[in-house]
Amino acid sequence: MPDMTILWPAILNGVTTGALYALIALGLTLIYGVLHIINFAHGALLMVGLYAVYFLWRFLGLDPYVSLLIVPPLMFALGYGLQRGLITRAGHGRDENILLVTLGLSIILENLALMAFSSDTQTVDTAYGFSTLDVLGAFVPVPKVVAFGGAVATALALWAFMARTDLGRAIRAVAKEKKGAQLVGIDVNHVYAMSFGIGIGVLGIAACLLMPSYYVNPSVGHGFVLIAFTIVVLGGMGSFVGALIGGVIIGVVEALGGLFLGASLGQIGIFAIFILILLFRPQGLLGRLQ
Amino acid sequence: MLEVENLRAGYGRVEVLRGVSLGLGQGQIVALLGANGVGKTTFNGVLSGLLEPWEGCVTFEGRALPPGDTRAALDAGLVLVPEGRHIFPNLTVRENLWLGGYRRGRAHRPRNLEQVLAFFPRLAERLAQNAGTMSGGEQQMLAIGRGLMAEPRLLILDEPSLGLSPLLVEEMFALIARLNTSGLTVLLVEQNVRLTLEVAHRGFVMENGAITTSGTAEELLADPDLQRSYLGV
Repeated sequence: MPDMTILWPAILNGVTTGALYALIALGLTLIYGVLHIINFAHGALLMVGLYAVYFLWRFLGLDPYVSLLIVPPLMFALGYGLQRGLITRAGHGRDENILLVTLGLSIILENLALMAFSSDTQTVDTAYGFSTLDVLGAFVPVPKVVAFGGAVATALALWAFMARTDLGRAIRAVAKEKKGAQLVGIDVNHVYAMSFGIGIGVLGIAACLLMPSYYVNPSVGHGFVLIAFTIVVLGGMGSFVGALIGGVIIGVVEALGGLFLGASLGQIGIFAIFILILLFRPQGLLGRLQ
Repeated sequence: MLEVENLRAGYGRVEVLRGVSLGLGQGQIVALLGANGVGKTTFNGVLSGLLEPWEGCVTFEGRALPPGDTRAALDAGLVLVPEGRHIFPNLTVRENLWLGGYRRGRAHRPRNLEQVLAFFPRLAERLAQNAGTMSGGEQQMLAIGRGLMAEPRLLILDEPSLGLSPLLVEEMFALIARLNTSGLTVLLVEQNVRLTLEVAHRGFVMENGAITTSGTAEELLADPDLQRSYLGV
């Protein structure tokens, strides 16, 4: 059993990474909760966001955190347009069509990126990239601390938006009772597109927070999307709080798995949890049985 | 106030409404009666814009309603409280009512909320409760309250007594009569013929997708055919 001087940094590392996972999963769970579709393009859209952050840094010299003002709104617009212009039209309201559309979209986006940017891995250099912060005896990279704070702030803002605004209430209303929503005058198609847009916009925030401590290449989304799915299932499909808790659990499990089993075997813990949850609590930690 | 002319509608190739025509005047409770499956709910779907008719037109307060447009119907003040209630189960009672004024009646939401709660004191006690956890009668009150939040000119109630205990059914009809005394025009779509005709001024009987009988409530109660088929006399 390693002592706390090794365990504590690993746990902190897991918590900060997990918060970012949670942010990615938050968009996925919102889209699932409202539109009842599984967005297989989530990882590819994260990749698009990361490239946007990278190119803004490389060509305009914009710091990734400054890009928070640009990339999330652009990603929101992209998500809104994709839902209204492509997914609804090509899906014809059938789940299997929508599934194939989002899967096809992810393949197209990845291969376009491969064609345009090659498979090289790109990173950004920032003044703070390698600075660390002392958190109760453990040194945590500054970008990870910022990412953790940003992820928690985003989750809280999203929660407040859903609970306190008219559009947030309308989104929750449409999620469970489409006909009732139509009868009070809610534009259901607009709400669908807004939900998809917000989910993808949150992905844009995740991209800005992730880039200073990570990298981008055309297939960067794969690893994240699998983990995000696990978090969504772990937390309970459609549950925000569940996604947050699930994200942190998965982050810590991954970090401790890496510590005890090595980096390549470390992820085994994540999928062991995934299988155990499906076996014993298929509705997830905070989900309800239908 | 409402004129419906030769309405035909259905699902897929199955025709449900085979030329429905009716008119109703302001300030009344008008009953639309008929057994299960004759097309009453389809008729409501067309009126509220949930369903696009094949043929015919709906004129409300002198203006033709665009077919299949829920928001246009709502904007005109035609508010449907649907069969099966369709309240938002995952939202609180307060949120449900508040969303009733999402489009129409938006400017007067606080005032309308106060009025609805004064009318349904039982909802006032349950404002913070999730709507899905309430009893059937309370959910029906909530559905009507949500409809009232939109400041209806005409309130269409589709089977408000469905699934309620006999005591609650009586209470529900008394509530509807009270709503009407405050000046609201109500189209009451029901299977419960006797109780409906006790509160209604006029009535239409729908059979097999068309209106077969109409008249004042007294006339309908005295109609021998109606007595035989619906009142079991």
